Amino acid sequence: MTAAVLPALSNLSTLPAAFQASEVNYVAVMPLFIVFVTALIGVLVEAFMPRERRHRVQVSVAVGGLLAAAVSIFWASSNLGLTMGLSDGSTNRSLFALAIDGPALFLQGAILLMGILGVLTMAERFGGVGPDAFTPSGASTPGSPVETAATRAGALTSEVFPLTVFAIFGMMLFPTTNDLIGMFVALEVLSLPLYILTGLARRRRLLSQEASLKYFLLGAFSSAFFLFGTALLYGYAGSVYFGDLSSAISTAPLAMNGLLLPGAFLVFVGLLFKVGAVPFHAWTPDVYQGAPTPVTGFMAACTKAAAFGAILRLAYVGLDTARWEWSNALVIVALLTMVVGSVLSVTQTDMKRLLAYSSIAHAGFILVGVLAFDRTGVGAVLFYIVAYGFSTIAAFAIVSLVRQNGAEATHLSQWAGLGKAHPVAASAFAFLMLAFAGIPLTSGFVSKFAVFSAAVGSGATGTVLAVVGVLCSAITVFVYARVIVLMFFSEAPAEKVEVVTPSAMTTFSIAIGTLTTLALGVVPASLLDLADRASQFVR
Amino acid sequence: MGTLVHTLASVPSVGTYAAGLATHEGEAHAATGITAYAWLLIALPLLGAAVLLLGGRRTNKFGPLLATLLSWGAFVVGLLVFIAMLGRGAEDRAQEVNLFDWITAGSFKLSAGLLVDQLSVTFVLLITFVGSLIHVYSLGYMDHKDENGHVHSDPDKRRFFAYLNLFVAAMLLLVLANSYLLLYVGWEGVGLASYLLIGFWNWNPAYATAANKAFVANRVGDFGLSIAIIIMFFHFGAVDFTTVLGEAGSNANEGFMTAIGLMLLLGACGKSAQFPLQSWLGDAMAGPTPVSALIHAATMVTAGVYLVVRSAPIFEAAPTAQLVVVIVGAITLLFGAVVGCAKDDIKKALAASTMSQIGYMMLAAGLGPVGYAFAIFHLLMHGFFKAGMFLGAGSVMHGMNDQVDMRRFGGLSGAMKITWATFAIGWLAILGVPPFSGFWSKDKIIEAAFIGEGWRPWVFGGAALIGAGITAFYMSRLFFMTFQGKKRWTDDVHPHESGKLMTVPMIILAIGSAFLGLILGPTGWFTTWLEPVTGAEPEGAHPVIPVPVLLVLTLLLVAGGAALAWMRYWRDDVPVTAPAGNLMTQAARRDLYQDQVNEALLMRPGIHLTRSLVFADSKGVDGAAGGLAALVGGASSRLRKLQNGFARSYALTMLAGVVAILGALWVMS
Repeated sequence: MTAAVLPALSNLSTLPAAFQASEVNYVAVMPLFIVFVTALIGVLVEAFMPRERRHRVQVSVAVGGLLAAAVSIFWASSNLGLTMGLSDGSTNRSLFALAIDGPALFLQGAILLMGILGVLTMAERFGGVGPDAFTPSGASTPGSPVETAATRAGALTSEVFPLTVFAIFGMMLFPTTNDLIGMFVALEVLSLPLYILTGLARRRRLLSQEASLKYFLLGAFSSAFFLFGTALLYGYAGSVYFGDLSSAISTAPLAMNGLLLPGAFLVFVGLLFKVGAVPFHAWTPDVYQGAPTPVTGFMAACTKAAAFGAILRLAYVGLDTARWEWSNALVIVALLTMVVGSVLSVTQTDMKRLLAYSSIAHAGFILVGVLAFDRTGVGAVLFYIVAYGFSTIAAFAIVSLVRQNGAEATHLSQWAGLGKAHPVAASAFAFLMLAFAGIPLTSGFVSKFAVFSAAVGSGATGTVLAVVGVLCSAITVFVYARVIVLMFFSEAPAEKVEVVTPSAMTTFSIAIGTLTTLALGVVPASLLDLADRASQFVR
Repeated sequence: MGTLVHTLASVPSVGTYAAGLATHEGEAHAATGITAYAWLLIALPLLGAAVLLLGGRRTNKFGPLLATLLSWGAFVVGLLVFIAMLGRGAEDRAQEVNLFDWITAGSFKLSAGLLVDQLSVTFVLLITFVGSLIHVYSLGYMDHKDENGHVHSDPDKRRFFAYLNLFVAAMLLLVLANSYLLLYVGWEGVGLASYLLIGFWNWNPAYATAANKAFVANRVGDFGLSIAIIIMFFHFGAVDFTTVLGEAGSNANEGFMTAIGLMLLLGACGKSAQFPLQSWLGDAMAGPTPVSALIHAATMVTAGVYLVVRSAPIFEAAPTAQLVVVIVGAITLLFGAVVGCAKDDIKKALAASTMSQIGYMMLAAGLGPVGYAFAIFHLLMHGFFKAGMFLGAGSVMHGMNDQVDMRRFGGLSGAMKITWATFAIGWLAILGVPPFSGFWSKDKIIEAAFIGEGWRPWVFGGAALIGAGITAFYMSRLFFMTFQGKKRWTDDVHPHESGKLMTVPMIILAIGSAFLGLILGPTGWFTTWLEPVTGAEPEGAHPVIPVPVLLVLTLLLVAGGAALAWMRYWRDDVPVTAPAGNLMTQAARRDLYQDQVNEALLMRPGIHLTRSLVFADSKGVDGAAGGLAALVGGASSRLRKLQNGFARSYALTMLAGVVAILGALWVMS
């Protein structure tokens, strides 16, 4: 991959000998800065803190840093509409450009808040003595004496916290970058920790490692698409900066159009891979199933938010003037994603895979909002990302509590009759299922309503997308209703399935996720309003 | 367009409607006085549901009582709102209560609010009054006395009352909503409450299945309603009543109105158990009897009629959709009546009767301004007498060890005097015997059905008339088999009258069934009251058969039906096991094969879905499975094979996807 990056960089032959030092507004990048420092502190803690205190300190550092970053967004927002980056001063070209605007800050805030919930669920140790979700020694061969020894010594993989914070840093950077190279760097920064986190499950380690390797290979594959597209677009516009790209499209000779369409689409492929859009979705179920469940919830919520932020910026800022060229490609992808995601969710028998396909279908619904191509659409997508993220973190957190003989019981038949023995957990999960199905009084209804109405308002194509979206939602209602029926109206399996009592941290995550789902369903106006106000991109 | 102008000119209601709902400023008045507190109507029962559900076992003791009190509280608020409304002039009675800004997405703004007008207040009074009575009844119904005189409460009594309160809140939201979207929230809410209550005794798999069946049939209907809302949004850019109905009444595209009307009708059919989505109502009788009385007789199932009447301007701008409403009503009223003739299960016979009576209302609602007021009037009367009869049936079941087979009843008039007397009044009311309430409402619908030109009055009027005769037969059959004739009891039953908590609500409902029609009907008070909402009855519309002749004809048919039932089920002995019967009886007993028809559409795919759920490795499509769900399931199983776990295949999928989409784009451009 580096081999691919270097030529791309050295091709920037017009770069002057020395960059001008760019003006950095530190307040505007404060959230990013704090998260990055938090991650570095995490690395230091990992190196110097005595083992027995490490877990607790790591959790505190991570949560504290993320909270501080979230608070600093209020100050950062005073710089709304700022762009910055390395510039050569003469040709007004920028590299590693950042845009501090509504969508960027909104998504940074959303990723931070959802990230905190994610970290809290990862920190679950079931009373401090029991096993957490992560393997005690990630580098050991599964089943080897090294692993046994590590388990016996009570080792904990507290590296997950700095890794998660690094991933969050990349995720926050992703929708904030304003050029293709910066976007690529952010993509890799967020992906690499996730590849490692995926492979760290305590139980069924082979499955987890396989998922990790698959995710890495396919992620590298998609990155190659992204870079190839970047190269083509650079060839077309002579710049990777979104503003230049946009203006080049309106001035470039028609003969160059052969580069534009493939370039645009290939860059989109790299981003669509991250949200799990069809046909770039194949990794999703395997990785969601193999990864430790708290990591899955974190990925489902935050990666999706970051990647949709990047898609929005590319579609609305970088390539907006060539919309007629590539929007059909995204329409096809959106249709495929909704249909395949909802149809395939029908036959799933594993809860995590079911939720994976559900997340694919949701990605399709969000794409419908992206394709509305106006501010209403942006607002709807931002709202959807938050609504879905909170619900999905809570849902995966509940999945991690349902156990049989100490191992997570993810097969659907193991969930039968859960409602009788554990009414609270089952009711919360049923409520989240209703939200995924888009039943009124849940955030799922409002978010679907918002994206579909934005799409209908955008014209005939949008209407077709919305109609397909509504039909696909109807299919998924079956899936979710089935789970509810299974939990409340079926006989429990012979072997006992229990819901372990979580610590305050996981309880907090589940409660916040569920309450947010309810609150956004009943009184969505304030967040809708915020998302609407945050829907203006800076160029 | 010509037809539209004609319709507008010939139907005064459109203008009146606009005047009633939309005043000079284009909106209903903001609420004043007690009406501003109309949100309490929904909040009180909702509070009850929340306290009972969240409070858990701690509320076991006082929960049911609290729920009942809160329900009565809602009734008191409703009554005050009603009185305040009476104090205003007819044109100022509609008021709107703005609650909060609900959804703002770009230029689209929707505030959640309540529309308090004559129509919604009528429903509010019906729902809260009958609902509260049924709360009281349930206090007794959910307790059983054993031989030693000890009272045993149902272990889930608290949960039952929580659901009842939840239902009342959702139903009130449905009728008070000021936009289709908020109505939809209530619509789903009552569906949820109904689902929870049908499956209340879900340890019985058959009951759980019944709940699921109702759920599925309702989803089909809800889907129609949601599509109607989407079309409205697309066409009007709004979903609130003021804009949608105002514009539908003034300048609307007939094609769009027909589409909206038909989709609304689909929603109404699902909720009101109308043809072709009627199958779930019979099975819904698996729920506790008070639920059948409240939800599946008096209130929720009539929501479809409310929807059609509320959307009157849309239907009047779409004559085709209106005709379909009438056809659906006519088919259902005959369908239900025929099925009712063969049922031996007392609750299922009553359910068939409910379906048939709602068919009458639907037919009236489809007739336009001549029918709206009578549709609602019949709905109100039906709410009283049918709820009363259901409570009577519950009382009978209580005394007969929860048996429901009427062939094992008979001669109960001696053992349960109050139940017998109250049931008799309900029976006379549904037959339409003057001066009981049904006479004032049902006969008016029959009259209205005979108004018109060409073939329509003869077909629809004829259906309504014949329906009245069959109704007399099957209701008399039910009454005689249960209360009259010889005792055919099983050995272990000792029928006894139910306690005061149960009989008093029955007596109150019986009084309503006996006199309410007499008070509201002949005085014309009710039609005048509703006129600002539903529009005035057009002048000079006469049935094709003179009214007195029609009246005599109806009464003769009713007498004939009742006499036939008397001969077969009172005078003659009723066999304890059902005779084989002729083809017609067999068909009716099996609900005219509606289940067989639905099996291909609903059940087999359902089995297929659950099967693939339970077994880890589903074999994919079961050869016998058909229908839409099977198609999805089959496609799903096939697509699943692509997910084979090999990273190389996944990469290939991605590459193929990229190439294919790029190729497609190339071809397109």
